[in-house]
Amino acid sequence: MIAFLIKRLMHAILVMFVISVLAFAIQDNLGDPVQQMVGQSVPESERAALRDRLGLNDPFLVQYARFAKNAVQGDFGYSYFYREPALEVIARHLPATLELVFAATLIIVLLSVPIGVYSAIKPRSPFSRFFMGASIIGISIPVFLTAIVLIQIFSIGMTVTLFPEGTAWGAWLNSALSTQGNMPSFGRGYDLVHVMGHWDTNLATWDGLKHLVLPAVSLASIMLPLFIRLIRAEMMEVLQSEYVKYARAKGISMRRVYFVHALKNTMLPVITVGGVQIGTMVAYTILTETVFQWPGMGLMFLDAINRADIPLIVTYLMIVGVIFVVTNTIVDLIYGFVNPTVKLTGKPA
Amino acid sequence: MTTTTSTPSRWERLRDSFLWYSFKRDRTAQLCLAVFICMVIAAFASPLLAPTDPYDLRQIDILDSELPPFWIDGADERYALGTDAQGRDLWSIVLYGTRVSLLIGFGAVMLQALLGVTFGLMAGYLGGRVDAFLMRLADIQLSFSTLMVAIVVGAVVKATMGSAFYSQYAVLMLILIIGLAEWPQYARTVRASVLAEKNKEYVDAARVMGLRSKRIMFRHVLPNTLSPIFVISTVQIANAIISEAALSFLGLGMPETHPSLGSLIKAGFDYIQSGSWWITLIPGAVLVVLVLSINLLGDWLRDVMNPRLYKG
Repeated sequence: MIAFLIKRLMHAILVMFVISVLAFAIQDNLGDPVQQMVGQSVPESERAALRDRLGLNDPFLVQYARFAKNAVQGDFGYSYFYREPALEVIARHLPATLELVFAATLIIVLLSVPIGVYSAIKPRSPFSRFFMGASIIGISIPVFLTAIVLIQIFSIGMTVTLFPEGTAWGAWLNSALSTQGNMPSFGRGYDLVHVMGHWDTNLATWDGLKHLVLPAVSLASIMLPLFIRLIRAEMMEVLQSEYVKYARAKGISMRRVYFVHALKNTMLPVITVGGVQIGTMVAYTILTETVFQWPGMGLMFLDAINRADIPLIVTYLMIVGVIFVVTNTIVDLIYGFVNPTVKLTGKPA
Repeated sequence: MTTTTSTPSRWERLRDSFLWYSFKRDRTAQLCLAVFICMVIAAFASPLLAPTDPYDLRQIDILDSELPPFWIDGADERYALGTDAQGRDLWSIVLYGTRVSLLIGFGAVMLQALLGVTFGLMAGYLGGRVDAFLMRLADIQLSFSTLMVAIVVGAVVKATMGSAFYSQYAVLMLILIIGLAEWPQYARTVRASVLAEKNKEYVDAARVMGLRSKRIMFRHVLPNTLSPIFVISTVQIANAIISEAALSFLGLGMPETHPSLGSLIKAGFDYIQSGSWWITLIPGAVLVVLVLSINLLGDWLRDVMNPRLYKG
């Protein structure tokens, strides 16, 4: 276990090193900080002097060492746009993104486990077939399109006139399919409750929750089909195994066999994939937050790109790198704990 | 397989294969292939099919902007699917946009396959240090989502080169970005099947005959790893088209003057609050139908060729 821990740690450090070199190379090659700092009228000689004083003429490695030293101490430089430390800006935007990811994860877990298990137990039932069909459609819809459709239906609202208004059934269908559309689809709302530090929460008030619903559902929609299919496939495989047959033969109630014996082993691969996917969700938050103008890290990153706010871009990359590396390492460790048969120190298959 | 004395032609071999047999019985696969082929033909024949040329500014009238499609009151009979905010005919622009999306999808997958197959073969066949290095690289890249890699690379390239340059070479850039972001998928699949093939007798025989490793890799091992490559290629095309749409939606893809389906959705999204939903949802629907038909084909192909490929 210790050997595995050290190995994972070395791996994580290596990855962070690569990311930091890349991030620094971006910073080094993009834009000229001197130009950002001084006015038009400053002569070239003074610019050169400033450049020298800032150490911009030092060799790449010296500059990188300085960057890395500052980064480890949490100093990523100042954001050009916000005029405050880049890490501070990220810290302000982080809670919104985390709450969004949390809400989406909650939706995914609460829906995918029952649906996946049910469609594995009864693969031929119409309910299972419906969800299998829906899940492949779900995979094929990009997350921003889901978001747009949700906005159209629940925020703007739609009036259906497809069916003849004169007949009773037509009028009924029209009114049943038309939607009011009063869900908020823009930002987090103003009814936030302050928790601590930079953390204002959407989860405490009714209005805050209402603002959270559409973005969270959109974000969940991209992962939900994947998880339903994964859980179903794993569960079906587990149900074929000898120990499930044995448990059944012993006369244990089917509910207990499914939810205690089989589900345990089903969740093993789900944990691995799930952990990695939570990292992936960070990428999708960029899209979701753009559509809903959700003031989180993703929207901030896109704004930083459009404003060429290089320190902020670099800081974002480093922070996201840390999030990815930490989640992947934790997932590997959890996997090692829950599945002792896996050879931790061996080569990954 | 067939035991005829003469070697059967390729067509006969296809007709006798399990692939063709299962295709004949699967209505969904037939429908999807038909839809996909129709869309590809329509997209690449867009200059012939489209009533207007959306790239030609002289044919666009701003007074025609935001006209609804034909089933809504106020539609103009010249524009069957309505017009977008610039007054471009939506039917024409969607045709041209599908062509751009498909071009980038195919191009990116070809690049991915080229890189991934080469690296995968090398990793699997040569083993040792090469294997460790390439697979570690793939691991690192895959531990970030491919979309994240694509967004970051796109953002950095755009910031370095300036947006004017970027949008001029957008098609090429997107092919490069999506191709580079997704090669590990291929490399892993190919490596896995090379490892299974490597110790078979025909490879030993080839080696004993004194053939060079390059020849053994590409002429002997590669043909036997083709079916998984085939299967993931379909899924990867769908993914590449979605990635392209996502990048374009974020403003890191095709410019609005030369739109793909993604940039059409992005452009239309700005007008959805004013009630013109068709500008964004019609290209959206086309995108979904395209990707869905490819995904369903991929699903079918996976079941037929290798039922256990994605398991475990």
